[in-house]
Amino acid sequence: MSGKRILMAKTGLDGHWRGPTIVARALRDAGFEVIMIGMARPEEVVQACVDEDVDLVGLNIGGHIDVAVRAVTALREERPELPVFCGGVVPPHAKRKLEALGVEVYPPGSQLPDIVGAARRLTGLG
Amino acid sequence: MAGPDAMAELVAEAVGGSRSALARLISVAERGGEGSAALEAALLPCRGESYSIGITGAPGAGKSTLASALTTELQTAGERVALLAVDPSSPLTRGAILGDRVRLQPHLGNPEVFIRSMASRGHLGGLAMATCTARRVLEACGWPLVLIETVGVGQAELDVAGATDTVLVVLNPGWGDEMQANKAGLMEIADIFVINKADRQGLEATRRDLEAAIAANAPTRRPAIVETVATEGTGLNALREAIADHRQQTTASGEHQRRRQARAVTELRDLARARLELALEAQLAGAAGKALADAVTRRETDVDSAARRLLATLFTRSDPEQAP
Repeated sequence: MSGKRILMAKTGLDGHWRGPTIVARALRDAGFEVIMIGMARPEEVVQACVDEDVDLVGLNIGGHIDVAVRAVTALREERPELPVFCGGVVPPHAKRKLEALGVEVYPPGSQLPDIVGAARRLTGLG
Repeated sequence: MAGPDAMAELVAEAVGGSRSALARLISVAERGGEGSAALEAALLPCRGESYSIGITGAPGAGKSTLASALTTELQTAGERVALLAVDPSSPLTRGAILGDRVRLQPHLGNPEVFIRSMASRGHLGGLAMATCTARRVLEACGWPLVLIETVGVGQAELDVAGATDTVLVVLNPGWGDEMQANKAGLMEIADIFVINKADRQGLEATRRDLEAAIAANAPTRRPAIVETVATEGTGLNALREAIADHRQQTTASGEHQRRRQARAVTELRDLARARLELALEAQLAGAAGKALADAVTRRETDVDSAARRLLATLFTRSDPEQAP
């Protein structure tokens, strides 16, 4: 049993819960405990990550790249060692910005096995 | 996991108000084993007393939404609320989707509310193995009210009854009939029946069936019935009052104390059993187990005698530190 916990949050625009749900299902089937929190502001993502003591954060970016960047910045302050990956609609300039913050970006078209593989690697399961 | 000193330090940090330390302690409890044992020992000297409210019912009855609305109601009354929300782990992959927080969005980021999602991790009975330890962590850290939401249950997953002080059983209009209302199991553990989604058709019949079943109970066990529409916050005031009434009555009658005593017996049994099973598995996998299994296979000994000899190997140690 991995017992590894992943928090999934949406930042930015409401709606589009399907992508994160499909990813969450794949992670669940790979043995992860996936905590869904829905739409959240940066400080809410941080508190949920602290309270849930997660090993990895997945952000679904709904267009508002600034909110995602603020969430990652706030997470880095509170839990610098906590890995973050993200998906959703991520334009190239935003991708560079997030990657500069150490976030792995999985834009539309990414394959589920790659995302699951990343989750395993980022949580130290190899 | 770190030694007793490090554990005592983490507990002190959590008791001092660090949410991050509190959260890490719950993870220690979830990992179980010797870390969890060290945690229990470190919690023993901690003061603090909390009241726990269980929320149980079938999948989709509205437990999470009710937990959220009740949290709002208690918050309005000035209470700090901690919530442990349990969802099922897959028996096939051990994975889980913990979705209760999606209903708890109004409380995201509120420092007066602590929410922890727990996967059942193979534990049957509606709670996770670590739920009771997590409750004690919250108690030590000064959270006065702990809501415990079970997985969606059937009729026989009743751990919450032993684990909490007031049990809410959540039903919906159109649920069952008088026969269902009289069945053993879930219907017996309610301290309060909550008919949620009370704006739906069939409310009167459900209430009538419940009332008839309750009327046949002993006079000492007459759970209240409260109607709510959790999505709109309707009926939550009445629910808060019903919980306060139940708390007051059980405290006055001594029932509250009796329950806590029964809880101690249950937890003692569960933990002793868990340790026994671990020790047994270790012994089975070791040389003694293999030798006995060989002897049974070769028909040199019967299986019952072998089982008794296996058990005897577990009980030859008089020092409790060396016990399974």
